[in-house]
Amino acid sequence: MTSSSFKAKGDLLFKPGLLRNQGNRLMTSIAAAFSVIAIIPLIAVILFVLIKGFAFLRPAMFFELPPVPGQEMGGGIGNAFLGTFIVTGLSCLFAIPVGVGGGIYLAEYGGENKFSEFIRFGTNVLAGVPSIIAGVFIYGLIVSSRILFGSTFSAVAGGLALSVLMLPTIIKTTDEGLKLVPQELRWGALGVGASKFVTTIKVVVPSAIAPIATGVVLGIARSAGETAPLIFTAFFSPYWPDGLLEPMATMSVMIFNYAIMPYEAQVQLAWAASFVLVIMILAMNLLARWISSFAQR
Amino acid sequence: MSASGQSSLYKLRHRPPSDKLVDNGFKNLVVLLALMVAIILIGIFIVVGSQAAEAIKAFGLNFVFSSKWDPVRDTYGAFTAIYGTLLTSLLALVLAVPLGVGTAIFLTEDFINGKVREVISNMVELLAAIPSVVLGLWAIFVLEPFVRPILMAIHNVLGWIPFFSTVPSGPGVMPAVFILTIMLLPIITAISRDSLNQVPQDLRQAAYGIGATRWTSILRVLVPAAISGIIGGIMLALGRAMGETMAVTMIIGNQTSFNISWFAPGNTIASLIANQFGEAGELQMSALMYAALVLMIITFLVNVLAQWIVRRLALKYE
Repeated sequence: MTSSSFKAKGDLLFKPGLLRNQGNRLMTSIAAAFSVIAIIPLIAVILFVLIKGFAFLRPAMFFELPPVPGQEMGGGIGNAFLGTFIVTGLSCLFAIPVGVGGGIYLAEYGGENKFSEFIRFGTNVLAGVPSIIAGVFIYGLIVSSRILFGSTFSAVAGGLALSVLMLPTIIKTTDEGLKLVPQELRWGALGVGASKFVTTIKVVVPSAIAPIATGVVLGIARSAGETAPLIFTAFFSPYWPDGLLEPMATMSVMIFNYAIMPYEAQVQLAWAASFVLVIMILAMNLLARWISSFAQR
Repeated sequence: MSASGQSSLYKLRHRPPSDKLVDNGFKNLVVLLALMVAIILIGIFIVVGSQAAEAIKAFGLNFVFSSKWDPVRDTYGAFTAIYGTLLTSLLALVLAVPLGVGTAIFLTEDFINGKVREVISNMVELLAAIPSVVLGLWAIFVLEPFVRPILMAIHNVLGWIPFFSTVPSGPGVMPAVFILTIMLLPIITAISRDSLNQVPQDLRQAAYGIGATRWTSILRVLVPAAISGIIGGIMLALGRAMGETMAVTMIIGNQTSFNISWFAPGNTIASLIANQFGEAGELQMSALMYAALVLMIITFLVNVLAQWIVRRLALKYE
């Protein structure tokens, strides 16, 4: 029984002609083909938005109002650019405290009890709620009831609709980030006499700040690009923002409104706004990755 | 150290009452904030339900089975939209699942160089972040003109099948299916990749060790071991597809009358709402809210089912 006797028979040599090896190659090429088919449209989207959007972009666009329909050329996305920041900012005002607070409850107080399991389940369900339903909900709650000082469509309503969509992301990442904090830190803080509140705020939350910030940034990135919740809450306005209780333009709604217009000037603005929006959102995603790299130490 | 110094060291000091107040106050605050999730969720059902009450009284369950959406006569039935929602999302899944899972397998097994793998998976993740309204814009100006000749060829050959019976001309169900597929791919790929990565290395080594080929071990060992995550991801994608509004609204054509052909303009619940909300009359608004309630219930069921499947099928390692 020497190794040469095996070699002589060739039993252990790789035989590419075997059915199973041919099948292997066939499956590998199918998987490769699927990957290529899957990746081509994804690259095409990015390339088209970046190239076409950049071609129509002028620096002055950030300071100009959109043109009147039918006007030859020119005009800008200034009001929508500003509006996206305002509406997204408003949504943060609501979603960050509620989301981080809810996450703190789940991780630090609730643990595995029935109520927090229910809240976790609810968070998952809320994450699956279609974005248009968030818009319909805020429309019914605030816009049609005129509950906010008699205003109908308003930036505040838009911000609230977006915050409904941001909330689950922030709660989940806060909950999971806090759970990763070593138990010894809590015991140590409680052991030297800190109260539960001080332990949570001064010790536990700061050591989980990277995952929490990641969740917040991802939530903002998601809500900045949302359109469906805004079309009947923040609505649209061709003018500069005029108070938080007035309708406000955002880039996403501008793209939706202008994409289907038969005027070249509007379509070009839609591409330019897409470029700006995509760059902003990709930048925020990269920021989130950068922050979360601190968490992995 | 004198004895008096030691006794002062061990002297029991009580917390000031203000500390306890802050402690309890903070606890109540975070309980309240956590409760907001439940309040919002229940609030959505109550608000949408109460606004839909008028239409529910007027049309009852007939709403779901009637395809007459007629603002002039003020009678509404959402069958076209409900059918469109189910059709577009299921067709998109049929296209996206093999592509997405195939890509995930390709990215987790060592077919290609690790650097390339990293680049591709990062790109897939970033693409999940592209706003749907931007994809809609792209679909109108790039995708639809590109696929129209292909659809035309299918129509010429298979036009006798009712599904392909109309001449593709601009917006329609099939372009909407394609853009949905593109939106679902990153979700399915990312989640499948994560669950394949979590399969213990031992399983792979054991499969190779008893002489399984690479694909035997992938198809018979690794995929079954990761199936809970993969199916969970598919269900999540299904929920996303059914609720997707902007890209679909921009490319589906928003036709309220029923048409069996996939090449004709169609409608989904979300696009119906997005399109008609602005200029809706009183009963029409209520009918739209009814449609929103139907959508809410369908996506709710899909999401709960997804969570249940993930828990049920999850193989326990460790």
